[in-house]
Amino acid sequence: MDISRSRCFSLLSHVDHGKSTLADRILELCGAVDARLMREQYLDTMDLERERGITIKAQNVRLHWRDYWLHLIDTPGHVDFGYEVSRSLAACEGAVLLVDASQGIEAQTLANCYAALEADLTIVGVLNKIDLPQAEPDRRAEEIERVLGIPADELLRISAKTGEGVPELLDAVVARIPAPTGDPDAPLRALIFDSFYDSYRGVVSSVRVFDGSLVSGARLRYVQAGAVHDAEEIGVRSPIPTPVASLGPGEVGYLIAGIKEVRQARVGETVTAAANPGAELPGYRDPKPMVFCGLYPIVGDEYADLRDALEKLQLNDSSFTYEPETSGALGFGFRCGFLGLLHMEIVRERLEREYDLSLVATAPNVEYRVHLTDGKVEIIDNPSAMPPATHLEQVEEPYVTVTILTPTDYVGPLMDLSQARRGEMTKLEYLSEERVELVYELPLAEIVMDFFDLVKSRTRGYASLDYEPAAYRPSDLVKVDVLLNGVPVDAFSTIVHRQRAQDYGRRMTERLRQLIPRQLFDVPIQAAMGGRVIARETVKAKRKDVLAKCYGGDVSRKRKLLDRQKEGKRRMKQIGRVEVPQEAFVAALRLDES
Amino acid sequence: MTTPATSTPPARRSSTPEPGTLGVYVHIPFCAQRCDYCDFATWTDRAWIIDDYVDACVTDLRRRVAADELTSASSVFFGGGTPSLLDAPSLLRILDEVPRSVDAEVTVECNPDTVDVAKLATYAAGGVNRLSFGVQSMRPHVLAELGRTHQPANVTRAVDAARAVGLEHFNLDLIYGATGETLDDWRVTLDGALALDPPHVSAYALTCEPATPLGRRVAAGTTPPPDDDDQATKYEVADAALAGAGLDWYEISNWSRAGHECRHNLLTWAQGDYVGIGAAAHAHRHGVRSWNVRTPERYVERIHAGAAPEAGREHLDPVTRAEERLVLALRTRGGVPVHPDAMTETETLTRAGFLTRRGDGVRLTRRGRLLANDVTVRLLAAGAAQPAPTLSHRIPVGTR
Repeated sequence: MDISRSRCFSLLSHVDHGKSTLADRILELCGAVDARLMREQYLDTMDLERERGITIKAQNVRLHWRDYWLHLIDTPGHVDFGYEVSRSLAACEGAVLLVDASQGIEAQTLANCYAALEADLTIVGVLNKIDLPQAEPDRRAEEIERVLGIPADELLRISAKTGEGVPELLDAVVARIPAPTGDPDAPLRALIFDSFYDSYRGVVSSVRVFDGSLVSGARLRYVQAGAVHDAEEIGVRSPIPTPVASLGPGEVGYLIAGIKEVRQARVGETVTAAANPGAELPGYRDPKPMVFCGLYPIVGDEYADLRDALEKLQLNDSSFTYEPETSGALGFGFRCGFLGLLHMEIVRERLEREYDLSLVATAPNVEYRVHLTDGKVEIIDNPSAMPPATHLEQVEEPYVTVTILTPTDYVGPLMDLSQARRGEMTKLEYLSEERVELVYELPLAEIVMDFFDLVKSRTRGYASLDYEPAAYRPSDLVKVDVLLNGVPVDAFSTIVHRQRAQDYGRRMTERLRQLIPRQLFDVPIQAAMGGRVIARETVKAKRKDVLAKCYGGDVSRKRKLLDRQKEGKRRMKQIGRVEVPQEAFVAALRLDES
Repeated sequence: MTTPATSTPPARRSSTPEPGTLGVYVHIPFCAQRCDYCDFATWTDRAWIIDDYVDACVTDLRRRVAADELTSASSVFFGGGTPSLLDAPSLLRILDEVPRSVDAEVTVECNPDTVDVAKLATYAAGGVNRLSFGVQSMRPHVLAELGRTHQPANVTRAVDAARAVGLEHFNLDLIYGATGETLDDWRVTLDGALALDPPHVSAYALTCEPATPLGRRVAAGTTPPPDDDDQATKYEVADAALAGAGLDWYEISNWSRAGHECRHNLLTWAQGDYVGIGAAAHAHRHGVRSWNVRTPERYVERIHAGAAPEAGREHLDPVTRAEERLVLALRTRGGVPVHPDAMTETETLTRAGFLTRRGDGVRLTRRGRLLANDVTVRLLAAGAAQPAPTLSHRIPVGTR
């Protein structure tokens, strides 16, 4: 292939600005998909991706347009997968930035644009949905020029839905985005920007070749994994996977090398020739979980099933972590780490859906950096593992930079919300008369619960937001324990800012008072902070159960009732002397998410 | 006027039925009006079938006697429904078919509205020696809430009539916990009942059954459900008032003067044998529990056709028998023996004040009676109903 006739680019947009629809149109226009086989959001293959309208896995496809080969790389559309996005972009020379002509710039538009500029990509700006009556392309173009610095007259105007302007867009991609460069005679260097597990073929990786050539049957070295594998099959997706003999510089395709786990072929990995290795490509890092929670089977005997499911899922997604943990309240389960909140939700949903499990998740938490009085530093990802306050010198927590784009009307409520969550404003900028960009530094712990939902509800859905990790900062953090009849319940332990401890304690004790059935004795429910009780409720002792008659016709019914109660007792979790139905834990933890 | 046998043998307070005892339960499924809380098998619109029904009961009894299923009854209980709704001769026609021991206890449940001296005199002359009056409350607004028609004054008249004909052995049924019943209302009811110097009182917490007018009102949210704490307080008040008047509890919902316990019900709680006559009547014999067809029409039909009226039965295996023994005996003053497998749980419940030691067994305290279900479930879960043989090696505990 003539390298000057190749173009590698990706599509970037805020959610719902029409990325998948545009990908569908491009596929059709290039004759890549038979009209009869065309379905909507062709590249989003996971059910979850279609339902949520997001792209989780990077996809790539090779298309023929006029005399050029276009390599389209569809990137994940969510901040949780920011690292994956950066690797996908590293495989490109340019990006198409898609903006809804009625909604204009949103938070992810900004984030995407910055990411593309950071990767030194040529940006082709596009206003989409110009067919909609509420589209205001002129106004939006002006806004884009002012905020993103892309000249208004360079913006293409298209409708991905009707196909209007899409051929012109492809011509612009060819004309504006530079051809790849690379030395076909140098040692092989290829970048893995996505890997997934196929139960028949093992790991299938998406690769971009920078130098040399990737030849079928060659012995390959995976630099980060430090392993050698044979290239069983290489090919291109058009979009049907088609084996090829080799891929040269500026080409994108797939690679199958008999690997059984995706962690052996991680995103960002450099593939080179075993005999004649080239230098490692820059930018690799290990995916680092940011959000943690405990996952437990609701039915105790599903523990082994959960372990199997986690193992299988990790074949496909090496970015979440899990290790066994035991909770006095919830039994045997796993502490899992995720890239972010969406990632956590996705993993949990896939476990429940694809493996038919019923799970209870503990409240999500972040990873704390704990400085002990003896000078040691520990990383804590489970509140119940937090050392006692007397051993603590200082606790640091992760902060994130949150960017919110909102109509001006909602600036007040959003500032109130962000401040209540310990946010520090670093930027307030009017993008236009009616739209404002707000940037806050916020503790990640403050947004993992309900921040996104609150932002949406306080702005009637008009604000968009994005976040990226910032630094660790020291905070006045305390551990709050919840005790039933004096016995701590690990599932409810949490680490919060001192100012929020009382509120958490009150909410949790109040909830549990409603959820725990009355017992033979008073059950005190306490929230305690380092031995000091900060909230207290009591489940008053039950005074009577049934005082009805019991004669000849009632005996069977009575016996069966008591038998059922006896069985019910067996399923209760025993916290000290207190019997707590499993459902109460589930409900208390579920409520916490809303 | 002759005085029927009012002297009853000393009541047994044991969980084993006396040898040779056999009860007969006769169900009379007719009422003048249905109470709002009642989910029993009873009908208010079946006057036309009453004569046929009485005939059917008579035939049923004759067949059982002929089949040697029914030799000599130690107790007969006419329950309902409202047995006193039958004219006295009809009721006695049924009773006459029951072969019974000389000292057999014969109880008839009565609505205070439907009895007078003449009717009760006929009962007494015919062998009835115990009455049970449905009083429920002495407060008109509580009676109205329960859907009852009688006036409290009728209760006094009915009791006077019973005494006038020498029926000294009687029970007053009370219900507490209706919506709008204050603690004072309940005290008035208790005082009113005790003023009649009854030898026996049954007091039940109002229970909300779904398929009743009350149940539907509660489900619709127009009436609040009975309040557990209110009913607990009323139980405590009742227990104290009744004990103060010389009536001791002998089952969770039953209090009596010594010797006035209901022998028929004691038989039930001791897992004794009893025959069931009439629609929806339950029977128990040698570990088999059975029940008759539910409606009077179907009962009459079956008997006319020469068929057995039984609608279903359950065989109680030894484990189930043992469970029922615990469930029933623990409700009584006799209590239960301590099972070796449940020693720790028994000890815990005793220390917590729910059980008290009694010889080599335990019985419920007042607090325990209020929470009998929970206590029973704990003992069951601890293995206290493991069937014999472990029981025969039971280890005596407690001080003597």
